[in-house]
Amino acid sequence: MKHWIKALCLIPSLACAGEWTGYIEGQGRYFTQEALNPAQSDSTLSLAFEPEYYHAWDDDRQSIVFRPFLRWDSQDNNRTHADIRELLWTHVGDEWEVQAGIGKVFWGVTEARHLVDVINQTDLVENPDGEQKLGQPMLKLSFERAWGVLDIYALPGFRERTFPGKEGRLRSHPRVDNDLASYESSAGNKRVDLALRWSHSLGDWDIGLAHFYGTNRNPLLQPVLNSANEIVLAPYYELIHQTSLDLQATKGDWLWKLEALYSRSDREDVFSYTGGFEYTFIGLGDSDMDLGVLAEYMYDERGDNAPIAFENDAFIGLRLTANDEQSSELLTGVIKDMDSSAWLYNLEASRRIGDSWKASAQIRLWIDVPEDDPLYTISQDDYIEFNLARYF
Amino acid sequence: MKRLLLIALCSLLPLTGNAMTPEEQGLEIAREVDRRDTGFHDFKATMTMLLRNKHGEESLRHMRTKALEVENDGDKTLIIFDRPRDVKGTALLSYSHQTGSDDQWLYLPALKRVKRIASRNKSGPFMGSEFAYEDLSSQEVEKYTYKYIRDEQLNGKDALVQERYPVDPNSGYTRQVVWIDKAEYIPLKIEFYDRKQSLLKTLEFKDYKQYLDRFWRASEMFMQNHQTGKSTLLTWEDYHFRTGLKDSNFGKNSLKRAR
Repeated sequence: MKHWIKALCLIPSLACAGEWTGYIEGQGRYFTQEALNPAQSDSTLSLAFEPEYYHAWDDDRQSIVFRPFLRWDSQDNNRTHADIRELLWTHVGDEWEVQAGIGKVFWGVTEARHLVDVINQTDLVENPDGEQKLGQPMLKLSFERAWGVLDIYALPGFRERTFPGKEGRLRSHPRVDNDLASYESSAGNKRVDLALRWSHSLGDWDIGLAHFYGTNRNPLLQPVLNSANEIVLAPYYELIHQTSLDLQATKGDWLWKLEALYSRSDREDVFSYTGGFEYTFIGLGDSDMDLGVLAEYMYDERGDNAPIAFENDAFIGLRLTANDEQSSELLTGVIKDMDSSAWLYNLEASRRIGDSWKASAQIRLWIDVPEDDPLYTISQDDYIEFNLARYF
Repeated sequence: MKRLLLIALCSLLPLTGNAMTPEEQGLEIAREVDRRDTGFHDFKATMTMLLRNKHGEESLRHMRTKALEVENDGDKTLIIFDRPRDVKGTALLSYSHQTGSDDQWLYLPALKRVKRIASRNKSGPFMGSEFAYEDLSSQEVEKYTYKYIRDEQLNGKDALVQERYPVDPNSGYTRQVVWIDKAEYIPLKIEFYDRKQSLLKTLEFKDYKQYLDRFWRASEMFMQNHQTGKSTLLTWEDYHFRTGLKDSNFGKNSLKRAR
């Protein structure tokens, strides 16, 4: 860590300046149904700012990236938040690389959910899809050889998942109170977690094998009374050993995908997987457009007892890529719970306007969700979202 | 010295010999083009695309590219996108092959995700431009069959005209007509015919410059789509050859580091 700070101090003394890029984005969300709790609002306006500073030196062998993130939300105090997504020093050698600071890592291949992606905590207030992540303090050593890529991570410091506040939509009832978070590890959020990943491409196959030992990014939520005598959910973070596999076969216009994990805690052992395919029709009807058809199945051996939403669920989706000057894209799909009446409908669309603006929209609907489903309390939170971003 | 040797070699080529069929002649021309461009080892360059639609509206794309020559196979290339800003940091890694599909990985910086993509999609537009992926990927002799047509003058230069037919059934073209400079064996113009055999696009190579006293590269490539009225002007700048790039610069980690 000390070296890291030293590296930071060096930056202003470097003669050659780096580069600032990034975006500022306005967002409006409209919730089509009445909230479960009158404290929650029916619409929200929000502003996000994510600049990025990048500077490389030593013939590009060393670089630093700084990417803070800020969001202001008109309704939800928890959603008004700031984070350092990245503050990372990288040193590249021949067939090796070392990184230190705060970073973001993605593992996995499937689309409906990202099962094996464990390094970064979910910034859940950003989007219920869980794709937005908090910056994770890390020291990473990576080797890239003929036998593949080996990544070794030490992760000092745990980030708690963000949850919407009292006035926010898309939250549980009762709400989650992060002040009451507790840990299995006696080191609490200061524990150093460890992870190891080997990945390789063999012909049409891309494979990743990983092991993670540390505090589970997914908390258990336990109802308790807080100091104001309110019933709230308190996050409890267990220690887990998790071994995972991600696999993709690229066969012509077919992509076959599988993510599987086996996770062990003091309380339980869990086997879970997501698998499926994406098939692309190229040049739809003699146009430049591509249409992808996606289907994935999600399984968790805990079944209905699983604290997660997708334990025996099927996803079917369509991805339309216009390949036009505006990079117009549309992804739409449904997830169906095979054990109940519940449906989830999802649409994401985006299009560039001119050279530096981008418009995007999202629709998410929860349909016929029964009371015993983990998604029940947000099933009144169907919403339409519009974003307009200016890139610089 | 090498250059002298090459000229000597090519004068020995029996391009107009009676013994050869037009197909054999076409293949010989393609092999000579390939031979003369072999040995560059690696290069870096910047690419600017000016897209213009039929109403005259323009938009710009900025990219940087790195390429590594691979012996007995297609090149490895890394393309990094700088503009438009919303795709900045997106990077495409391709391992092209003499036969069969290329291997391609796309890096999406917002999610930090490396995605292996189905590279059979050769005919699709590159970044919304009039260039298809297959127009920009490494040109291997094995990717086509050939037929020599005639000798002809093009813009005052002696040229060899040949037709070539993509081997890959996923190509967007049935046929290409290529004008090759007779002195330097570099392409001057290509006409692309679509799956219905109609003229789709014309590509013109302009302002050739020679690097390392040997390798010719066009500074401008102008692609006109005759069916839509759209065009793309691709400008190449800052060419640097033999910069010391190696395999480790074209791995998954380098894709994530690409800036």
